[in-house]
Amino acid sequence: MSDVKNILLAGVGGQGILLASEVLSEVMLMAGMDVKKNEIHGMSQRGGSVVSHVRYGKKVYSSIIPEGEVDILFSFELLETRRYLPLLRKNGQIVVNNLKIAPPSVALGQREYPENLVEEIRKKFPATTVVNGLDLALEAGNAKTVNTVLLGALSKTLDIDQALWLQALKKMVPERLLEINLKAFALGCNI
Amino acid sequence: MQKVLLSGNEAIARGAYEAGVLVAAAYPGTPSTEILENAKRYKEIDASWAPNEKVALEVGIGASFGGARVLVTMKHVGVNVAADPLFTLSYTGVRGGLVLVVADDPELHSSQNEQDSRNYAKFAKVPMFEPADSQEALEFTKLGFAAGEQFDTPIFLRSTTRISHSKSVVSLGERPQDVPQPTLERNPAKLVMLPGNARRRHFAVEDRLRKMAEWSCRQSFNRIEKGAGKVGVITAGVSYQYVKEVMPDADVLKIGLVYPLPEQMIRDFAANYETLYVVEELDPFIEDQVRAMGIQVIGKDKLSICGELTPGRIQKGLFGQESPTEDNSPELPPRPPNMCPGCPHRGVFMELNRAKAYVTGDIGCYTLGFMPPLSAMDTCICMGASIGNATGISKVISAEEQRKVVAVIGDSTFLHTGINGLMDMVYNQSTATVIILDNRITAMTGRQENPTSGYMLNELKTYRIDMEQLCRAVGVQHVKVIDPYDIALTRKTIREEMARPEVSVILTTRPCVLVPRDNQERRTPLYVDHDKCTGCKACLRLGCPAITWDEEKKKPNIDKILCVGCKVCQQTCGFDAFVECK
Repeated sequence: MSDVKNILLAGVGGQGILLASEVLSEVMLMAGMDVKKNEIHGMSQRGGSVVSHVRYGKKVYSSIIPEGEVDILFSFELLETRRYLPLLRKNGQIVVNNLKIAPPSVALGQREYPENLVEEIRKKFPATTVVNGLDLALEAGNAKTVNTVLLGALSKTLDIDQALWLQALKKMVPERLLEINLKAFALGCNI
Repeated sequence: MQKVLLSGNEAIARGAYEAGVLVAAAYPGTPSTEILENAKRYKEIDASWAPNEKVALEVGIGASFGGARVLVTMKHVGVNVAADPLFTLSYTGVRGGLVLVVADDPELHSSQNEQDSRNYAKFAKVPMFEPADSQEALEFTKLGFAAGEQFDTPIFLRSTTRISHSKSVVSLGERPQDVPQPTLERNPAKLVMLPGNARRRHFAVEDRLRKMAEWSCRQSFNRIEKGAGKVGVITAGVSYQYVKEVMPDADVLKIGLVYPLPEQMIRDFAANYETLYVVEELDPFIEDQVRAMGIQVIGKDKLSICGELTPGRIQKGLFGQESPTEDNSPELPPRPPNMCPGCPHRGVFMELNRAKAYVTGDIGCYTLGFMPPLSAMDTCICMGASIGNATGISKVISAEEQRKVVAVIGDSTFLHTGINGLMDMVYNQSTATVIILDNRITAMTGRQENPTSGYMLNELKTYRIDMEQLCRAVGVQHVKVIDPYDIALTRKTIREEMARPEVSVILTTRPCVLVPRDNQERRTPLYVDHDKCTGCKACLRLGCPAITWDEEKKKPNIDKILCVGCKVCQQTCGFDAFVECK
């Protein structure tokens, strides 16, 4: 049986998902594992739905996570979490940002944003961690560190040395933003 | 050896660097764009954006004839544009190695068709390598230069979206110390493709393909991976990874050079199995050739020609097993891409919609003008097509309907292949109107410089094409230059020029909001004064992501973080409800 672990990142273009998946992949590389990561980009800055697949283990073949084999859904927005639930394994875990971003049809008043998503997600997948990402990012001092807060929360569900996470952040975050990001990461870890 | 995570595109650029490439040229196109953006990071490589793929390849051919190794990159449909020089380059062969990277887009993640470029390898008789991960992307790029020089041929390197945009672990090598200085060297009998010379070269091409097919059987880029010995699979590219995932016990012939195929190797492999699969994305390219060898295989009878493969689709196609997931989701509101807040295209499309224009569209961010609520695009075919399409449709409709026809095209697309259409329009006295949305950047592919930007790929300043003068030089008598943030002027100009029974060009001049260099002006976000707002929804016709409808209050709100203060919404409001934040 393959030891490969699968994390699917989901959210909305512009939320910093690709940077988060870069950091996550770098951590796994530093931990000595084979890593593959895959996403579709090129139009995502215009507010579309974004996913990024990250797979790691002794040997990874496909960079796309086989359907129904997502171990952790790591999501930056509630509706996008709901959208990708069918890809999760039974007993899969979820780390989700408690945020609603209205898609165009909702913003125009033509459709309604689904209600009670947190309850629905929790009911289907009890191993769900809901993170108030924006509140913690503001506490860290910058609304744009939501992705780092969420990485902190994700790191708690993974058995990886904390030092590697900090090392990866130091490597990938611009120096002037490093301190605030380390604070954001720590806040995410403490939820 | 240093191990790093690289995307396929980064690895191709690295491979070019390690192969001693001196020149790289391209026109941006998803999923190929990042190759040149990474190539420019190596100071030894002269990397530049060309106005289109044909020019990029022609620049590449020149550099190869000068003796340099050259990388040329494009997306699949770009090869259609570059096909003219490509087919003859196949006859001349190369001096310095020339690798043409073509990035296909199975599943049409960001394209207008899903043509399979492997057919171009066969059609143009140009050998093609296909990597299965980033390490191979790097190695096959280097190999392409060596093999191309050995056999005197340009080489295709085929990527797909899942190779170009996937990251995997790569071991890096070094660039050779002694890259020779290219010099002029004449060889007209080989490089001047007059019929007499070309006739002789065609024999060389056929001979080369035969030799490469034999050579390929002995090379390690085509390899057999032994499994349980019961079933055989022939595969290449990203499909190999999915095969290893779904059929871990199968014996696999993994092909690295997908054209010409290693025929003897395939025959020897196939002889071992009663059940032989060919697993490949898009067309039955390998399968048809294997069948032509008289070998029975299972392939496209079970796997779709349309769309990309995934482990689940292979599982389902070959073994009839449904993937374990069952999508019992209620229908969720979709989240399609949208023009950015403050995008200068938005007001133009709202006015085209209001003027009931018949819009022939083109390739760029503005193709999103198709989406509701703007809903102002009626056709979109390929780069530059909008103008010719407008001319053609105007030829066959009544004079009254002719007034509705408007071609809409961006600056980069206009310079790519749109300007030829405009020459035709003037020359053959069309009546249609052309709107050139000049935002000074090739925006959709992630903001690449182009001849309207005033900057090159290497970030140095350069001449900026004067679009107004260009249109006048072609012979357009009516060129109107407008600021698309001025909605009253935009509306008036569009209506006047639509009514005019002559060629006219409306040139909008606002830069892309995502380019900080061109957006130095300070602007303040707006808010909606609910005391003044009547809830008429006129502002919602813009489809701006910063404006959301509050169902309880029956009034709109503006997201201050998203709003860039373009004030286009303010001009749609009849009640002065849109106010600048203090």
